[in-house]
Amino acid sequence: MNAPSSASQHAAPLLKVEKLSKHFPLSTGLFGGQARSVRAVDGVSFDVAPGETLSLVGESGCGKSTTGRLIARLLDVSSGRVSFQGRDMSHIQGADLRALRRDIQMVFQDPYSSLNPRQTVGDIIGAPFLIQGMTPAEGRQAAVQELMRRVGLNPEHYYCYPREFSGGQRQRISIARALALRPKLIICDEPVSALDVSVQAQVINLLQDLQRDLGLSYLFIAHDLSVVRHISHRVAVMYLGRIVEIAGVGPLYERPLHPYTLALLSSAPDPDPDRAASRKRFVLKGELPSPVNPPDGCLFHTRCPMAQDKCRSEVPALRQVAAGRQSACHYADQVPAIAAG
Amino acid sequence: MSDTTATSRPPAAPVLSTRQRVMRQLLRDKAAMAASAVILLLVLMAVFAPLIVALVGHGPNEQFRDTGLTAGGVPLPPGSLFLLGTDVVGRDLFVRLVVGTQVTVFVAIACALTAIVIGVVIGMLAGYRGGLIDTLLSGFVDVVLGLPLLITAVALVSVYGASFGIMMGTIVFFTWGPVARVVRNLVVATKSGEFVDAARMLGASDTHIMVREILPNIAGQVIVYGSLLIPQVIVLEASLSFLGLGVPPPTATWGGIIAENQTNYAVAWWSILFPSLFLLAATLAFNVLGDGLRDALDPTAQRSR
Repeated sequence: MNAPSSASQHAAPLLKVEKLSKHFPLSTGLFGGQARSVRAVDGVSFDVAPGETLSLVGESGCGKSTTGRLIARLLDVSSGRVSFQGRDMSHIQGADLRALRRDIQMVFQDPYSSLNPRQTVGDIIGAPFLIQGMTPAEGRQAAVQELMRRVGLNPEHYYCYPREFSGGQRQRISIARALALRPKLIICDEPVSALDVSVQAQVINLLQDLQRDLGLSYLFIAHDLSVVRHISHRVAVMYLGRIVEIAGVGPLYERPLHPYTLALLSSAPDPDPDRAASRKRFVLKGELPSPVNPPDGCLFHTRCPMAQDKCRSEVPALRQVAAGRQSACHYADQVPAIAAG
Repeated sequence: MSDTTATSRPPAAPVLSTRQRVMRQLLRDKAAMAASAVILLLVLMAVFAPLIVALVGHGPNEQFRDTGLTAGGVPLPPGSLFLLGTDVVGRDLFVRLVVGTQVTVFVAIACALTAIVIGVVIGMLAGYRGGLIDTLLSGFVDVVLGLPLLITAVALVSVYGASFGIMMGTIVFFTWGPVARVVRNLVVATKSGEFVDAARMLGASDTHIMVREILPNIAGQVIVYGSLLIPQVIVLEASLSFLGLGVPPPTATWGGIIAENQTNYAVAWWSILFPSLFLLAATLAFNVLGDGLRDALDPTAQRSR
């Protein structure tokens, strides 16, 4: 674990997300009725510094992928602001949006559906040049083959089709495509969750090598805490569309300050059987509430073993609870005691 | 199993492109090959119709009241003078069928192509954009499916008179909608693939995504649908011509020939049998070829190469 707890926290952020929200309207049937909506992402704010990896973690349905897609502008923002290098890009269109694509790229979750089965690897990795109307100085094929070499693919497979590759190799193709335009930020939407564990480590190592060599920033979306711990500088934990805790990776794992983070860490398997046996488990009761009809007060109170009356009535704000740490729990200071048992 | 080395493994067997694989599969399909032979024969017959007419020495509309009919005015059976016999007014049935093939092949290809081009363009827009155009499309197709084809054709012909244009327009009008609906559903299924998002992420325009990313993935099914549309068009053309709503006489068409001779099948069986056989052979061949294409393009059959 050699990740610095925060890479250049004080430098101007590369990406600044402020009060970002996405509401999906529910279909109201033929005769209208009251318009309701799902708040998939509800007032999310965070920064990503140059060269930093910020991870978004949470259960499925917590809005982490939606957040990634909003920043990628694959979805339209309902409210809030997303600034890249100081410039608001949450509503830009046309040529401006096309130009932004050179700076922000994405690696998708499914290595099977993210590559067009009718195109060769050369066409897939060369597509960024074609679409952006750029011809690399050394020619498109040479540039693509250099990218293939860079991500550990054999450049001789330029004319192969995606179906001839394994899941890990396909994810390398996807990474090469994302790198082609030399972006500054790559949004990784669960890039290894569809891969075998042995292959996951290789892809993660590749991403780390690329970050070191190219100074990339990552917004890394994941539900697997062990992967996140290895690659992140900072971690934001999401629950029902909101960030409940955000902290440097070391402090967050050592001393969580939100009961939900504690529960997530507690549910992760421990590779040491002795420690696993003696460890106190902090298990959540109940199911994730429906985001259509979220609970009053703290969204987490329905499942929180620490919940008090205040939690049922008052919404806790995400607030500074220690240096470089924010938590959205009224009783954040009591969480370490609970964790110790 | 995993890619433990940093470089990717070379593919084991030489991998065929989709086109090569489909061709190989088709060549092994005997029924599809026989169907292709029949289709090739019909197309050659259509292309060389003027040559055949020149070789025989008389045209499709020449009447042979003396040599083509018996003294009692009955058509001649197939023989050395008239290969497939003569029709009710003493015209050479073989020559009329050859020229009719020309009309049929032209109408089938022109109408099917037009219907597919319109269907693909509208279906892709509806499937990709959704919204109003999608609603309009499904509404329109429902209306077309509810309209009785023959009554609509009768109405059109009674207003504008029977003509080539009216017939082809009617056929295209009744066939493009279902094509558009099929394409729309294929596009809806295809556009959910993450590779579409990946292209958007690179800044691709909607046109680029539709033409370069989605179309290649649905082209196979569209080709199959097109090959199955051709026999439908042939039958429609024959039906309209049979009812006098299609190509105006005396131009020879298969449906028209059957219509002209329908009253004297008792004395001249050949004048009904041969045009019917041509019709049957053509529709059967296109249907069998379409089925073969569908099998060859079926992704589940890919492993059996």
